[in-house]
Amino acid sequence: MTKAMTPPVRTPPPPAKQRFRLARYQDLALVPVILILLVIGAVLSPIFLTPANLIAVLTQQSELSLLVLGQAMILIVGRMDLSLESTVGLAPALAVALIIPASAGGLDVGLAAWLALPLCLLIGVVVGGVNGFLILKVGLSGFMVTLGMLTLLRGLQLAITEGKSLIDVPESFLYLGSTTWLGLPAAVWICVVCYAVGIFVLKYLRAGRSLYAIGGNSEAARAAGIRVDRVVWTVLVIGSVLAVVAGILMTGRLGSVAATQGEGMIFQVFAAAVIGGISLQGGKGTLFGALSGVLMLGLVEQILRLQGVSGFYIQASYGAVIILALVVTRFATGQKQE
Amino acid sequence: MSEYAAVARGVTKRFGQTLALDDVGIEIRAGESHALVGRNGAGKSTLVSVLTGMQVPDAGEVSFFGEPAPPVADRAAWRRHVACVYQKSTVVPELSVAENLFINRQDLGGGLISWRKLRREASSLLETYDVAVSPDELVSALTVEQRQLVEIARALSIGSRFVILDEPTAQLDGPAIERLFDRLRSLQDKGVTFLFISHHLQEVYEVCQTVTVYRDARHVVTAPVAEMSKPGLIEAMTGEAGGLNVPGGDDRPSSGEEVLRVSSLSGEHFSDVSLLVTRGEVIGLAGSASSGKHEFAETVYGLRRPSLGTISVDGSAVRGGDVPAALKAGIGCVPRDRHQQGLVLDLSIAENATMSTAGSFVWPSAQRSAGRAAIAAYDVKAAGPDQPVSDLSGGNQQKVVMARALAGDPSVLVLINPTAGVDVKSKESLLGVVDAQARRGKAAIVVSDELDDLRVCDRVLVLFHGRVVREFDRGWRDQDLIAAIEGIAGEMDAGQ
Ligand SMILES: Nc1ncnc2c1ncn2[C@@H]1O[C@H](COP(=O)(O)OP(=O)(O)OP(=O)(O)O)[C@@H](O)[C@H]1O
Ligand SMILES: [Mg+2]
Repeated sequence: MTKAMTPPVRTPPPPAKQRFRLARYQDLALVPVILILLVIGAVLSPIFLTPANLIAVLTQQSELSLLVLGQAMILIVGRMDLSLESTVGLAPALAVALIIPASAGGLDVGLAAWLALPLCLLIGVVVGGVNGFLILKVGLSGFMVTLGMLTLLRGLQLAITEGKSLIDVPESFLYLGSTTWLGLPAAVWICVVCYAVGIFVLKYLRAGRSLYAIGGNSEAARAAGIRVDRVVWTVLVIGSVLAVVAGILMTGRLGSVAATQGEGMIFQVFAAAVIGGISLQGGKGTLFGALSGVLMLGLVEQILRLQGVSGFYIQASYGAVIILALVVTRFATGQKQE
Repeated sequence: MSEYAAVARGVTKRFGQTLALDDVGIEIRAGESHALVGRNGAGKSTLVSVLTGMQVPDAGEVSFFGEPAPPVADRAAWRRHVACVYQKSTVVPELSVAENLFINRQDLGGGLISWRKLRREASSLLETYDVAVSPDELVSALTVEQRQLVEIARALSIGSRFVILDEPTAQLDGPAIERLFDRLRSLQDKGVTFLFISHHLQEVYEVCQTVTVYRDARHVVTAPVAEMSKPGLIEAMTGEAGGLNVPGGDDRPSSGEEVLRVSSLSGEHFSDVSLLVTRGEVIGLAGSASSGKHEFAETVYGLRRPSLGTISVDGSAVRGGDVPAALKAGIGCVPRDRHQQGLVLDLSIAENATMSTAGSFVWPSAQRSAGRAAIAAYDVKAAGPDQPVSDLSGGNQQKVVMARALAGDPSVLVLINPTAGVDVKSKESLLGVVDAQARRGKAAIVVSDELDDLRVCDRVLVLFHGRVVREFDRGWRDQDLIAAIEGIAGEMDAGQ
């Protein structure tokens, strides 16, 4: 039964622009949402669009945004780090405690005050390094290791400070937390620079691109000559250091290290990353997207705050807002979240 | 009951701007083995996904034994009509064979799962279809061949009488393919209908009665296999007259200059293998799946750590177990499995093709033009360099892996199953690339189960249980090589 054959027709090579254009601008998906939020805010509150208010939003979000930056890179490379929020508290607390005398709640070691910043950053490197060692070299579950570290570091901070806030904060912290450069708080500048560097590295450097390769398929990345463990380890350390920077800024802004500094932030961190299009499975998403996730959360929060949603409801409403934001993004980007 | 096990008519399927199927049809008679062939990207796998209800076509209809296909949501109904062994496995690796066989019906209708009963049923099912694996084994521990058999047994046990096999032989070695075919024939005698997809045309002649050819998303011809000559079939696939011309490379100049030296290398599954490859030389490595040839090649590229022995390129030693070091020394590799090791599916063609070679700075525009060059050089059917590799057909993905291996202009190529899943015409051009590289003074090691791939080699070494047992010069006869691969060759002469 030889059948009539359709004449061989060569389909012209498809232009194939549309879909890929769209894919290329996927990171911008949240921009319209942010614009709409600005409009809503302006309608609801006359002061919303004032520079003071917008700067306040940016400042409030700066610490979160640094954590999200770190977490986003860790997620892209296919891992997660739950301990970031404890690092936010422990690093400044430990550094300060090593400097101040026992009378002020310190450890009476009496290191020089200028060591505060380097010491803090070093603590970040150590925490990230230990996480990396346990996950990569010992081969433990990343989720469990960092969950354990979350509890361990928080407990350590409580033990060192005996549950008290440390108020004798070094000058350098206070300066970073309160000064303004060219009209914007230093914290905002630090975030802008960190994000700019991050976005550049993840787009234009081979080392940055390797994060996507590893998160997408680590076996293939290895076969392509990428030193997978080394890259992942580095990313974990950078994530912890960014958390430390967030901790320093927070300490400086508040003028003290609370025993609960950073507590509960990890939820917002994940929320902002996922809203911003970072996949929890690894290999997908951009830092620009993550940043827009942070901004979106910040705007929503500020709108609620200006509306005077009060005390007991604010926590529940944040939870609700995050879930709502997830729903909105799901439909605004047309992508399933993973 | 209708005379046709499955009929599709007027099926059109579009992915964005790519037209994957353009008003095509297929009619598969009950009880026959029907072959579907076509070049990479012709739309074969897309048709399979339409026939199995995994994709909804933009237009067209499907029916089984005269009944219209069930609604897409009704997976159970689809599974009763049609079963499929996909190019990628669909069994759950960390569950036992027994549980995989009865997945999502583990309770066997009883509400509570009785593990003893499940095990018993699984054993009897495996026995019925003569599959020699234990029901307690984890599927991850099975060989590719056993895994496929488990999938087929599962399909038949659900009651489907129509089974689709999408390139089942691409990952099997010779004897395993023969065993698969014996099984197909005996199932066919029992009335099972098969749709069989393969790029090995001789297999079509071996097991099928009817063949359908697609080209560029269109139906070209359906005819009894007996009426189609091999050149005719190739012509229908490619649209060009002329048979196939795998480069033999007889006239390749040889030089005595050594490039790669492997000295008494031992590692997992192979031991004490030595090898000396000169400029312009192509060496073939043959052997069964358990011969250790893959492990040896992966060790040369640094994917595995050797337990003993050394590797050197151009006289300088290469650190073992270190891929970046191997790349730096000038070794390029097509790894064994493109999904596991070859590609990052979510990334673009351009990014995958340049992954091993990018400098510290990656300029998207330069990357894109490198991607475009690879698409042109390796005849990849794609919408553009930004297209994610996951959108490509299997054979086109393989070409991207080849592009990546050659991107850094390595002086030694380690190619493991380089033409897996690649269509006849593209196979010719990929082997042509290997030949051309050799003529440019590069050395190559080709590890393959396919005799066509080994034809391009100057020497073929046969591994058996991890040792080199025979060496063939050009002009070997198929049956001798096959016998040596299977370890039948009486004399273990001429070691190395
Ligand atoms: N999910 C998808 N998104 C975009 N394009 C796709 C998708 N799936 C398939 N295509 C395109 O449709 C065409 C047909 O692909 P298909 O997988 O059916 O080819 P094939 O005949 O099976 O080829 P091969 O022999 O290489 O496996 C290809 O051009 C492919 O790029
Ligand atoms: Mg296919």
